[in-house]
Amino acid sequence: MIVVIDYNVGNVKSVCNAFEYIGRKVQLSCDPDVIRQATGVVLPGVAAFGYAVRELGTLAELIKEVASEGRPLLGICVGFQMLFERSCEYGEHTGLGLIRGNVVPIPAGRVIPHMGWNKVELPEDMDLFAGLGDAKHFYFAHSFYADVNDSECRVAYTEYGFDMQASVQKGNVYGTQFHPEKSGPTGLKILENFAQICEKKK
Amino acid sequence: MRKEEIAMLTRRIIPCLDVKDNRVVKGVNFLNLRDAGDPVELGARYSDMGADELVFLDITATIRSRKTIVELVEKVAENVFIPFTVGGGIQTVEQMDTLLRSGAEKVSINTAAVANPTILSEGAERFGSQCVVLAIDARRSKDRPGKWQVCIKAGSEPTDIDAVEWAALGEELGAGEILLTSMDADGTKAGYDNELNKAITDAVNIPVIASGGAGTLEHLYDAIVDGCADAVLMASITHFGNFTITEMKQYLADRGIPMNL
Repeated sequence: MIVVIDYNVGNVKSVCNAFEYIGRKVQLSCDPDVIRQATGVVLPGVAAFGYAVRELGTLAELIKEVASEGRPLLGICVGFQMLFERSCEYGEHTGLGLIRGNVVPIPAGRVIPHMGWNKVELPEDMDLFAGLGDAKHFYFAHSFYADVNDSECRVAYTEYGFDMQASVQKGNVYGTQFHPEKSGPTGLKILENFAQICEKKK
Repeated sequence: MRKEEIAMLTRRIIPCLDVKDNRVVKGVNFLNLRDAGDPVELGARYSDMGADELVFLDITATIRSRKTIVELVEKVAENVFIPFTVGGGIQTVEQMDTLLRSGAEKVSINTAAVANPTILSEGAERFGSQCVVLAIDARRSKDRPGKWQVCIKAGSEPTDIDAVEWAALGEELGAGEILLTSMDADGTKAGYDNELNKAITDAVNIPVIASGGAGTLEHLYDAIVDGCADAVLMASITHFGNFTITEMKQYLADRGIPMNL
């Protein structure tokens, strides 16, 4: 079963609600034994980066371990940002380092946070976007973005005065800066795609 | 301050659901409430109709209603998969935490932020700015022409605080968005107060949701173009069936505003 990591941040429940709504059973857990048995892992997160890393605590190592074994991992919003090496939101913080790159502030000169529905160009070779066509709108709410610096990583972008990283895929590690659980039917399709990826890997 | 380059980001249509005793109500100038339906059903319907976001405001904000609103947020979150903000009587970071965990995307703080502005910075540091909405109820000042005063306690208590200065301070403290309601325009369907909207959008760099006064499709356009609002909030004209969300979005898109249609 897919396990949604239960740690002390917002939107954890919304992610579970969304999977349930599309008829996919998921388990919300912070129990290492349960996480080790997972067919796939979702790392949600609405929080400041530093707070999220602190609350995740020792589960970080376990998530890295599960990902290194090839099981699908999906990071959402701050969960996505934590896939990277470092962030400077309210101080310097270290992430999981699964993807090379840092989380940095969206440059000044535009409205920040980047809040609302923005169009993401969907590359054909990214599994999360299967069946969605070439571009769709998703809901974003963030002030920092992941500056990806990883040649093994496929990236989807959104336009916000520059090409901003909206989603990544590196092997079995997936992430979205936007909120699929709050992006209506298009977002739910992404979660369905992730569930199918987990099924195939089993 | 607000550069052209953000033109790509779609502008948002946000129906607002004022909740009292588990029903959606709507009044004029904050008075004379009319029943507009069940909050969960109405929220789900707006989501299906293409709303970009929803706002639920607990307008009673008593200890008892606070418990009800958490249950409401849980129910909405099981049925609605677009972002929604919840507000009304929130006084502590712990209460914010409860609502965010129950499934709200953002919480809006009004009276409590005036009484204790650090709630904005504490909230931002814990949840990130994008979860912290500063709600401002503003009224044209009788003593100071061209200025607006902040009112608290659901608009019942005027303060000496200047709305534009308060918005700028709110941003500095960590608010990630401003929900700006013109008390003069609210429920009148005579148009948004775009002088107010423009004064605030000029003063801050965070998104501003214009609220109060929507009556026609043109009003929405004016709030976005003249008021520079990032999102428009409405209640009367959606609850009582004047326009569908699609009609609003199509109208704005036809006039060149980027919309998620």
